[in-house]
Formats: sequence, C-alpha cells, structure tokens
Amino acid sequence: MSEPEGREAPRRRANQEMLTNEQLNPNVLEVEDLRVRIASKRGVVRAVDGVSFEVPRGEALGLVGESGSGKSMTLKAVLGVLPPEAHMASGQVRLDGTDLVRLSQSTLNRVRGPKISMIFQEPMSALNPVMRVGQQISEGPRIHLGYSRARAEERTLDLMRRVGIPDPERRYRAYPHEFSGGMRQRVMIAIALSCEPEIILCDEPTTALDVTIQDQILRLLVRLCQESGVSLVFVTHDLPVVAQVCQQVAVMYGGQIVERGDVHDVLLNPRHPYTLGLVRSAPDVEYVQDSLRPIPGAPPSLIDPPDGCRFHPRCDFAEDDCRTGTVPLRLLDGGRATRCLHYERCGEALAADRAAQGATQ
Amino acid sequence: MSTVSLPTGTEPGPGAPVVPSAAGRRVGRRWYRQPALMSGLVIIGLIIIAAVAAPLLTSYNPTTQNLTASLLGPSAHHLLGTDQLGRDTFTRLLYGLRVDLRIAFIAVLFPFVLGTVLGSLAGYFGGWVDVIVMRLVDIVVAFPFYVLVIALVFVLGPGERSIYIAITIVGWVSYARIVRGEILVAKRQEYVLAAQSGGLSSLRIMGRHLLPNVISQAFIYAMSDIVQDILAIVTLGYFGLGVPPPTADLGSMINDGQNFLSTHWQLTTIPGLAVVLVGLGLSLIGDGLADILRPGQS
Amino acid sequence: MNGPVSGPANGPQTPEDPVTPDNATAEAPGRGPTVDPEPLLVATDLAVQFPVFSKLMARLRHTERMLRAVDGVDLDVRRGEALALVGESGSGKSTLALTLAGLQPADAGQIRLEGRVLPEHRSRDDRRRIQMVFQDPYSSLNPRLTVGSMLGELLRVHHVVPRDEVRSFSAELIRLVGLDEGALGAYPRQFSGGQRQRVAIARALALRPEILVADEPVSALDVSVQATILNLLRDLRRELGLTLLLISHNLAVVRHLCDRVAVMYLGRIVEVAPAEELFRDPRHPYTRGLLAAIPRLAGNTADDPAGEARPPALIGDPPSPLAIPSGCRFRTRCPLAQPRCEREDPALVAGPGGPGHLAACHYAFTPVPATASVSAAPAAPTAPEQA
Repeated sequence: MSEPEGREAPRRRANQEMLTNEQLNPNVLEVEDLRVRIASKRGVVRAVDGVSFEVPRGEALGLVGESGSGKSMTLKAVLGVLPPEAHMASGQVRLDGTDLVRLSQSTLNRVRGPKISMIFQEPMSALNPVMRVGQQISEGPRIHLGYSRARAEERTLDLMRRVGIPDPERRYRAYPHEFSGGMRQRVMIAIALSCEPEIILCDEPTTALDVTIQDQILRLLVRLCQESGVSLVFVTHDLPVVAQVCQQVAVMYGGQIVERGDVHDVLLNPRHPYTLGLVRSAPDVEYVQDSLRPIPGAPPSLIDPPDGCRFHPRCDFAEDDCRTGTVPLRLLDGGRATRCLHYERCGEALAADRAAQGATQ
Repeated sequence: MSTVSLPTGTEPGPGAPVVPSAAGRRVGRRWYRQPALMSGLVIIGLIIIAAVAAPLLTSYNPTTQNLTASLLGPSAHHLLGTDQLGRDTFTRLLYGLRVDLRIAFIAVLFPFVLGTVLGSLAGYFGGWVDVIVMRLVDIVVAFPFYVLVIALVFVLGPGERSIYIAITIVGWVSYARIVRGEILVAKRQEYVLAAQSGGLSSLRIMGRHLLPNVISQAFIYAMSDIVQDILAIVTLGYFGLGVPPPTADLGSMINDGQNFLSTHWQLTTIPGLAVVLVGLGLSLIGDGLADILRPGQS
Repeated sequence: MNGPVSGPANGPQTPEDPVTPDNATAEAPGRGPTVDPEPLLVATDLAVQFPVFSKLMARLRHTERMLRAVDGVDLDVRRGEALALVGESGSGKSTLALTLAGLQPADAGQIRLEGRVLPEHRSRDDRRRIQMVFQDPYSSLNPRLTVGSMLGELLRVHHVVPRDEVRSFSAELIRLVGLDEGALGAYPRQFSGGQRQRVAIARALALRPEILVADEPVSALDVSVQATILNLLRDLRRELGLTLLLISHNLAVVRHLCDRVAVMYLGRIVEVAPAEELFRDPRHPYTRGLLAAIPRLAGNTADDPAGEARPPALIGDPPSPLAIPSGCRFRTRCPLAQPRCEREDPALVAGPGGPGHLAACHYAFTPVPATASVSAAPAAPTAPEQA
C-alpha cells in the first residue's frame, strides 16, 4: 500500500500517537465541523453540514432526528464506513485526541474494534449468516488483542453472559438465524464490546425490536456503560428512548445540529422550535392531548437548503432575521446550545400549552 | 357533505419535490441514452427499412429464374451475384428477410399471449390450476426445443401455419414460468390486497393491477425469444421444413448455397450473416430494455 | 357524501354530550361519536393457521407443523368506536385484522356482521363495508395507476355514484384527506410517505365503509408526519361516524386515538378494556409488562435517583408461535406464574368491576395465594399519572 510522499511523515506520527496514546483527554470523542457530501444525479447532497460535538468519557450522547437529518451519516463518517458515493468533505474526528482522518487505512483498522465499534439497526444483516456466533465474537480479540483461541473463547463466553445470552456454552456454536431478534442484538453488542472499546456508536439499535425486548436491550446498554465506563453515541428518532439511555442529546435537522444539552432539559424545555415541534407532535403514553401538533411542511432539500435558518419555512416563530445569512449554533448557559435566534419563544409556547392543558383537566 | 377542516400547509402538494426516498422504485433512465438499446434499435431499424423498402431497392423478382444468368459473381447488375437458378441474391436476401422477420414477429406473439395468460392464472389462483399448468410445462420442457419443433412441423407439414403452431406449442412455457413467478410475488403486495378488499373481481385484478406491473419481464424475455424464433425459422428453412420454395427464405438460401461454398461463398454466407446481424440487434434491444425496465440500482 | 348506515350517532358531537349508562365506554367527552353498545362486528372462536413445514419435516424437527397465528379469538367491535388491537410481533394482530377484513380465510370460527354470518368468499357488498389501510405506504398503492384512476375504478365498480359524478366525487374524497384536486392526476411515486397514506385513506373511504381497519398506519412514517395522519383519522371518525379498528404496537398512538383496547399475545386476546382503564389499571401481567417497558420522556431516570438501572419489565424472549406453552401461554415470562398456570389455560373473563374489562389470567382479579412464590420482576408499572 503506497502513500504519496508528502503525507508519509505526518501519517506515521499520527499512527504512532494513536497506538500509544494514554487516556489523557477527558473527551473520548471530539467531532469538529464535520461535513459529508454525497454525489447524486440532482446535485451535491450536503448530508452532514458542519456538525460538532464532544462525548466525555463514560457518557452517552444521543443524536436525535428524523429521516434525512444526517444522523446516520454522521456515525458512519466517524467510523470511516461511509458508502462509496459519500465522502467526508471536511472536519476532524478526534478519538482520544488523535484525528482519525489522518490515519492510514491499516492503522484505522487496528483502531476499529479496540477503541471504537458500532452496532446497527438490523442485526440479521450485520451478522455473518454462515459463521457461528461464538466465532464472530471471538474474532475481534483474536485479531486485535492477539488472544489465543482458548483465551478468546473464554472471553466470548464471559461476554455472552454479560449481555444476557442464556446457556452460552451451547449457543457459542449456534448460527445467527437460530437466534431471535433480541438475542441477535445482544450478540452484536457482545461483538462491539469484545475488544473493550472506549466508545460504541449505536445506529438505531432498537428500532426494529418489540417494545419489551427494546426495554431489555436499553437497560443492558445502560448497565454496561455504567459497569465498564464505555461511552456511547446513540442515534435514534425516538425521543423517549434517548431519554432513557443518554445524558446529553443533540437534535439534528437538515444536516446540522440545532440544539444540544442535557437530555431531560432539552426534551422538557426545548429551546429550538424543531425540538418543540417533535415533542408536541408525538403522542405520549402518559396523557392524552386533544390534538397532536404536527410540524407543517416538509424536510428541507439537502442539495439546496433554505437561506438563513433551515427550519424557518416551517417555523411558527420565524422572523425576518431568520430568513437570511447563516445561523450559528450559540452556546447558552447550563451547557445548552441552540441554533434558534428567538429561542425564548419556545419557552413561552410551552407555558401556554401547559396553561391550556391545566384548564381542560 | 361538509369537509373536515384540516390545518393548511401540512405537507406540500404532489408537485413538490419528494424527499429522496425512492425506496427501490424504478429509476427512469433516459432511454435514448442507453447505448445497447440505441445501437440495437439502429441495427434493427435499418434492417426493417431495407426489408420493407425491398421493391424500391431492387427491381428484380426474387423468384423469377433465369438460367442463363446462373452463378454470376457480384457485379453492378447483381450486387451479390446470382444463385444457381439465376435469381438475384441481393433481392432474395431482402425478400427473405421480409418473410423471416414477419414470421418471427408474429410467431413470438402467440406464445407470449398464451404463456402469459396461463402463467397468470397459475400464479394468481394457485391450487389445481397451478398444478395442471405446471405439469404441462414440465411435459413440454422435457423435450429439447428443436427436437419438438421439428417433429411438430414434420407432422403438420411444412409451411407458415405449421411454424406458428409448432412454436406456440413449444414456446409458451418460458413466458408462463416468468409471469407466474412475477405474479406469485406481486400478489402479496398490499395494493393487491387493497384491490381485493375493494371487491374487484379476480379477472380485473389480474388484468389491471397485476399484469401491467409484471408484463415488463415477459416483454424482455420476448426480445430474446424473437432471436430464438428467427433461428428456429431459419433452421426449419434449412431443413426444407419452412416456407416452401420458391419463396425466398434465409434458411433455404443457406442450404442451397452451401454446395457452392468454395466458389461462390457469398450465396450461403451472406444470408447467414444477415441472421447473425438480426440476432445481434434484437439482443441489444433486449439488453437495453432489461436495464431500463428493471428497478434501477443507484 | 352521506354518512354510513344510520346508527344512533352521526356527525360531530358536542363536548357536553353526557356519558349515559347506555354508552358502554368511558371515553373523554368530545373524543368521538357516541358508541352503540350493540356490536357491529363479532368474531367468535376465530382461528387462523399457516403450515410452516411439511408433515415429514415437522416430524424430523420435532416441532409443530402449523403456526397458529390466531388461536381462538372472541372479539366484538361496536358501531362508532375506535378499538385498538395491540401486541408485539408474533401476537397475531395483523393476521386477525386481515381475517376480519376478509383478506385472509379463517380456519375455524365465524365472523358476524350485524348479526349475519359472513361466508368465506364475501360478496362485493359485504367487502365494501369493511375497508383497510395498510402499513407500508410504498407498497399499498399500485405504482401504475394515477390516484384518480384508482379511485375511479372503485367508484365505478361499486356504483357508488353515477358515472358522470365520479370525477367530482373523487375530488371531494381527495380533499377530505387534505390533498388538493391536482393529486388525482399524479402517480404514487410523486408523493411522500405521509401523502401516500392520505391517498390510501381516501381509497379506503371511497366505498363508504362502516368499518375502517388500519394496520399500523403510521409506523413507517416520520414522527412529525405521524401526527398529521393521526389527527386526520381522528377528525374523519368524528365527521363520518366511522368505526375504527386500529392495529398498533405503539401504545402512545393507541391512547391518543382509541376508546377500547384489546391486547394480544401469541394468537390470543389476553385483555380487553376501555382505554383509560387499561392504562390506569391493567390487570393482565403482560399488559403491565408492556406498559412498564415503554420508555418515558421524563419518567425513567426520575425513578432511579440512585442511577441504577432497574430490571426490565419482562425478561426472556417470547416463545415461538410454533411452540406455544401449555396452560397459560404467557407463563414462561410471567412474574406471577403459579403451578396452576401450567395446567389450566385461563379464559378471557370479566372482573368484578364491570363487563367492560376482561382479562385472561387466573390472578387478574384475585390476588395470588399468599403462600405461593412470586418472582422478583416488577408486577405493576410505575407509570406516574399526570393530573
């Protein structure tokens, strides 16, 4: 694998750094100004357009958005598994302080597994159907950690117990199709954990599961995080799910982060009209609203997004200054951030909602 | 009837750009940009024009014999020379193409229709209809294509009508299988369930809802089937089982000419090349159509 | 467009409508039309099975040959109500819906519409009365027909309106679901998911059905779009006096839209109750587990001040429908399971509170014997009620 001359030296240095780095950085993952472009017949799709976030050690960050918000692409860009028509146009992805983009492919492969791994939405397509489950879990430790077969098997059985797969000795030799959906997801979690990564990226891991199984998997993830201190980036469209798993949440819309902060704070006191719209439009199992408030309009074009705030065509509070220029993500106090110029209106609207509700009950 | 008042501005009208989901629906590639399809159409187009314009392109009669002008080489009067009975080869080529193309295009129609109908019934209704049709398919398929066609024509006597009958009896099975397979899948689609729920008759569902969505596969197959039919017709002609002489026919021309291969190679080779060219053109069209009609990959 | 066959209630109801003893549901005022206690659609002992293996394979694999998707279901749907069929995958709810809609033949039991038994091959008129909306907006519309052709065909075949009025009636229908008239000339691929569902609803309403069966109508849609469709369904119910049978795995959607809920597990109905009562006081352990498993926007970590994750609501995986447990089919995951549960299959019976709340559990309305053992998993949900 030959590299062009000029990039050799800095790349070698980066590789060295990556492999020998002590865990000094308080943030295990830092993403800065990430931009992902996809080439398509109709033009260049700006799937991820300037996304930045940090994930502190041991914490879980939720990435919430609907389809087309760019949340899955963000994860794939972090891990470096973008589809062929997509490429990372700019930005930095720093794992333990080292920029992953500057690493060579071989070093990147050695990083994936021991430091960072991923679990996916559809366990059946993420697991190799013709390979025994135990083998798939032990693969990581054998290759990345240099374990002998015996030691890897022992570790696999231990992992299977940790993720709650009953009768691991017998299940070790089973194939993925012999497992139920929830069990397969546990296998995927075991694989993700197998090399003791510092951070696991989760791409809608429970969306395809029944609610009782989802409950089990979510609690498992929370427990594993607490026990081993592994961080999570959890992508989902389901607000209550992110409330259950994560401490921090970033809401994505049109390829950008529009709001960020402590998860309960953001969901109960949103400071961006899109977040407010999401919360209002979802029926809640706790109480009955007379009418749900859908968000009018349609998601923005990612090829030619609207000027100014990307949400303004659908926003009840839009004013003139929302329609032009670029709107940056501004930091508020209490660890919150928002891309809305008039975020106080959200608080007012919520108060009005609650007053109206109080009147009818 | 009072209309329910709904919030305005919820979601754009149908003309607005749809979120790029596409979800596997067909990608309508511009058909004229498809190289295979275009080259195929050009080839076949030219051949058809030549065949149709035959009386304009040549003044000779394809069947008139002129024994004094037999076995002449290519010249200004006879572009491809003459055969052993003094008939102009070029003329016979064009008229032969006419005959064979016409027979082929008609011959592909009957198996298409018969096979599609039987395949639809088998696929949609299942049960004993399916069993019977599939067993018939098994019987026909057990015989090699040419063996059966030649045997049937032999029994029915040579001539155009026999060709149609023979090809229909042998050729319907492929269409039946293809259509049956497509229908088996398509009938589970929810829009079919919706049509059933709407109380539409089975015939209507098959004809209006299912067939238009599955016919493209049969159509693509028809393209390669025409090639096979042309070859069959030429082969039958070669064996003297096709259109009876003196009608010009590519197969019989090849047969007649092979005695003079060493001296007048064009008598047998040129008709052969014509067959190859037609086959090539039709295959290209089939390829191009398959690319367009199949649900696109990005 | 005239409303459906006349019942005791048509058209919008005022919020002040008193809930009289004649109305057998405890619904919030203004939620929907008053419900007629006489059942419109009754399913008795319904069973639907699918052969999964040939006889030989089944014997070789030591497994059941038949998959009992619906295994003895009694259900009634009352005119004007919104009944939800709730369950997870493998519960049989979709199969039951298809069977009630006449798109799937039943292997046992019967279905009565207004007291009359429906034959296996329904007449066109019977079919007209129960229409269905499907889950996947992308496969439920014929890609080759324009919206107008699709609606027109149905209207003409059933002679819903005179020929010359077909076009204007189609336009009214499409406006009813919130799209404009231009949609009639468009093909399904030109619409977004939410718009397609609207078209699907318009199609279902074209024949003026009495019962609308909606199978997960919003599951395939984005959250913000779901709301528009749910509001539409609610508005249509009020305006047209439609009876709605909603199949969903999402209890939040159910609570928003429905008056009564039936919970299914492995092919059987395990609990039926008015919606508010089901959420407030679930009686079957599975229902309780289901409610406890739903993630809450605000609730969960508030219950865990120590920050420790609680054990999950229901442990283990559901059994395969090919290997349904003896006795009570839920006992393998039930925190209250007793020896009796292995021997006796509980019937769906009403409790002392009233005929409206039914549960299929030996201990739904009576406490578990004091000497018996109870497993550690929580037996009741911790759903905080917001006043």
